[in-house]
Amino acid sequence: MITVTANPINVQEHYEKLGSSSQTGAIVTFVGLVRDINQGASISSMALEHYPGMTEKVLEGIVQEACERWELLDVELVHRVGDMGVSDTIVFVGVSSVHRENAFQACAFIMDFLKTKAPFWKKEQTPDGSHWVEANNKDNEAASRW
Amino acid sequence: MHKDNSITILFFAKLRDELGVAEYQMAVDDELQSISDVKERLVSQGVQWQNSLADSGVMCAVNQEMVADDAKVKSGDEVAFFPPVTGG
Repeated sequence: MITVTANPINVQEHYEKLGSSSQTGAIVTFVGLVRDINQGASISSMALEHYPGMTEKVLEGIVQEACERWELLDVELVHRVGDMGVSDTIVFVGVSSVHRENAFQACAFIMDFLKTKAPFWKKEQTPDGSHWVEANNKDNEAASRW
Repeated sequence: MHKDNSITILFFAKLRDELGVAEYQMAVDDELQSISDVKERLVSQGVQWQNSLADSGVMCAVNQEMVADDAKVKSGDEVAFFPPVTGG
């Protein structure tokens, strides 16, 4: 299931949705958090903007592609938008499968594609004011391996 | 302006802040065929438009699907321009 929400993400609640099948032999999760330092600047808070409608569609497409490439049982993808503070959860990706390899790969694939294709934009608040985060070429390289 | 003879253009994040506009209606005529044409008309509005939209990293979507500059546009379409994405 895919969720874009302005509310805090409860990791436990989403994790528990992943083991519904008795075939489940592996669950891989990724949790992304707001860091206190980014590109050398100290961060006090962050605002995340998205493109309502398109963002959800792009995430659906990424999850669908993951399900076509690997044999998966459940996928749980949650992304937060709006204002958040240091250590808050920005994103949760959970993938379950019969064996671990599919879940490991699909989880990494989903994050790499989310980072480069899903319309979200971060604005960081620092002691010197706020600024939009610049895209990172490392993320494009990560996505190109798939 | 009525939707029947125009397209809606949305700007997001840094691009919206730079341009000072989130949503814009553009009239459609016979010469407005593709995203390149849309960009050309926007850029002709001034230096800030030129600077913001000329950036090669600017991404574009038509009806919420990513497209390249040669994509066609028609009346009623929702076009969006935005900077490279930075979620996750």
